[in-house]
Amino acid sequence: MEKRVRFRSLWLPWLLLAPQLAIILVFFFWPAAQALLQSVQLQDAFGTSTEFVGLENFRRLFADELYLDSFRITAIFSILVAGCGISLALLLAVFADRVIRAAAVYKTLMVWPYAVAPAVAGVLWLFMFAPSIGMVSFWLRAAGFDWNHLLNGNDAMALIVMAAVWKQISYNFLFFLAGLQSIPKSLIEAAAIDGAGPWRRFWTIVFPLLSPTTFFLLVINIVYAFFETFAIVDAATQGGPGRATTILVYKVYYDGFKGMDLGSSAAQSVVLMVIVITLTVVQFRYVEKKVQYS
Amino acid sequence: MHRSLISAALASLLAIGVSSPAQAQTEIQWWHAMGGALGEWVNDLAKGFNASQTEYKVVPVYKGTYDESMTAAIAAFRAGNAPHILQVFEVGTATMMASKGAIKPVGEVLKEAGFKFDPSVYVPAVVGYYTAPNGQMLSLPFNSSTTVFHYNKDAFKAAGLDPDKPPQTWPEVALAAAKLKASGHKCPFTSSWISWTQLESFSAWHNTLFATQNNGFGGLGARLVFNSPLHQRHIENLANMSKQGLFVYKGRANAADATFPSGECAMMTGSAGLYSSIKRNAKFASGISTLPYYPDVQGAPQNTVIGGASLWVMAGKKPAEYKGVANFFTYISRPEVQAASHQRTGYLPITMAAYKLTDESGFYKKNPGTDVAVTQMIRKTTDKSRGIRLGNFVQIRTIVDEEMEQVWSGKKSPKDALDSAVKRGNEQLERFEKANKL
Repeated sequence: MEKRVRFRSLWLPWLLLAPQLAIILVFFFWPAAQALLQSVQLQDAFGTSTEFVGLENFRRLFADELYLDSFRITAIFSILVAGCGISLALLLAVFADRVIRAAAVYKTLMVWPYAVAPAVAGVLWLFMFAPSIGMVSFWLRAAGFDWNHLLNGNDAMALIVMAAVWKQISYNFLFFLAGLQSIPKSLIEAAAIDGAGPWRRFWTIVFPLLSPTTFFLLVINIVYAFFETFAIVDAATQGGPGRATTILVYKVYYDGFKGMDLGSSAAQSVVLMVIVITLTVVQFRYVEKKVQYS
Repeated sequence: MHRSLISAALASLLAIGVSSPAQAQTEIQWWHAMGGALGEWVNDLAKGFNASQTEYKVVPVYKGTYDESMTAAIAAFRAGNAPHILQVFEVGTATMMASKGAIKPVGEVLKEAGFKFDPSVYVPAVVGYYTAPNGQMLSLPFNSSTTVFHYNKDAFKAAGLDPDKPPQTWPEVALAAAKLKASGHKCPFTSSWISWTQLESFSAWHNTLFATQNNGFGGLGARLVFNSPLHQRHIENLANMSKQGLFVYKGRANAADATFPSGECAMMTGSAGLYSSIKRNAKFASGISTLPYYPDVQGAPQNTVIGGASLWVMAGKKPAEYKGVANFFTYISRPEVQAASHQRTGYLPITMAAYKLTDESGFYKKNPGTDVAVTQMIRKTTDKSRGIRLGNFVQIRTIVDEEMEQVWSGKKSPKDALDSAVKRGNEQLERFEKANKL
């Protein structure tokens, strides 16, 4: 028997799709089109005069070596955020999967950071690591490590990576936990009976079976690091010291909302859009081949 | 059931009836960026005005920080519902001035409402900043401050320094800092607003240009020149102090502000507006002094430059509403209202009469140091010291922060950093000029 539903009328499927399509049009395509339009314009702050400048905004961007350097900074930041975020969450999920007592409490606590707004996450970590009043920086200094993210670019990068990873870890954790729980226990038991230790069982059974989840999280985390982290940067480092933490999306936010330079900000978001589309396509074409959907 | 419904309906009808005289009032929206204690001050000003007459009602709305409220107003203007009055920080002045279609000059608003506008009653350095080359007053100075030198008298005593003799010059600051460090102070000297205090005010104080065309007063063609030998010398001096642990960098914008009242840093250059916070939070005796200078520079000390914000009137409103705005501005410019604001907040008085009134009341004698900011500002200004008014100034200040951080961390020489800041800043100025040409 065929499972597929067949619509007899032509308009009913479109009607059923309409709400979702409307949302996508209004909240995704329209703003994206606006960004495309503004990226070829030069406007004053209040929009009282608008001039078509062609690709001038893009030309200016790519002539600026500091902007090009932002790509390097963004790559480091995104790899660190996605890499640390996914591996830590996997570790925690594996542990949570084995917890017998008070598992609900543990899991609830793990999910909490997700409810925190990015800017608040930035401020929280900033407080802990503030060179003069922060608790953690006090301990670090006691341990002989001179923490100062105000002047040391690596410290600043570490700070925003920690805040961004912490913020996203709950999301990753939830998906890994669900993935782990859907792995049939019988498979693992069979392997155990065959004499495979926990380490071996994890790498030969659990991890391959989690690969769809891992792949999904990789895409999501890269998109997260590229787009949603500007508030953390704004609260914690404002892109400094120098430009050590000026990632691409922070510059989009800064030029548009603080600098009121909408043309340049729009051009930068178009660049960002192209990068993320490319990355996602690459991930689906090459990385996905290694994924086992069983 | 029915009866209660009817009575509820009647009650609401009655409520409408009672509130209808209030509806006849012309409402004036005022968007501002004053939080906390300063927000209460803003609300009190509106309350005072609303109680003084019945025709108009000023409604103050807090819209977040300076840049947030400006962004909000720009978005509102683009959507066609801008407020009547908008508080804009000094850094946004050039942007507002260039947006001719978006604003209505305050001088025009006052004149159309039948008020006489006399520029001479205002403190020159304050009002000069907000006046167009043709003498038209564009916005009303509201909360104006300037850069001063704060120092911890108790720490001075502990270090064997005279608490009544604050350092007057930069060499003296370095000597005092060395003594403070020797006495165990971890942060002898810091500064908030690096660009504003160490380059902008520094330039005016030494009667040296920060940018060409009289620091941008002459037009949009101005370009930055703060990489002169004098500026280099000063940044080199600060870099050396930083290396020796005499100057400690505490972050961008006003991040350093918190380190002075807490006692962590013993000396700092920053806004005069910090006074109220120090008075409330500091557990030590503190003093205010004039900004340090280099004694061998001719013309120094001149005057310092303005910071803070002014009130702009947005375009496209009804004549009756503009009349209300004019009445409100006249009210808050009254000497007694001004003097009360000045004494309450530590911001500068905007009229000479308010300064005299405060002086006569003995306020400065009771609160020594509160007149430092005023006396630094009421001197006669020169073309080089009137103020700094540049487009894309927000970006320029961030560029300065970025480049100076490279100096404090030892990655760049002061000369390279200043040259690079000037070059990058000038690109911003060129872009602003292009976007705002007529």
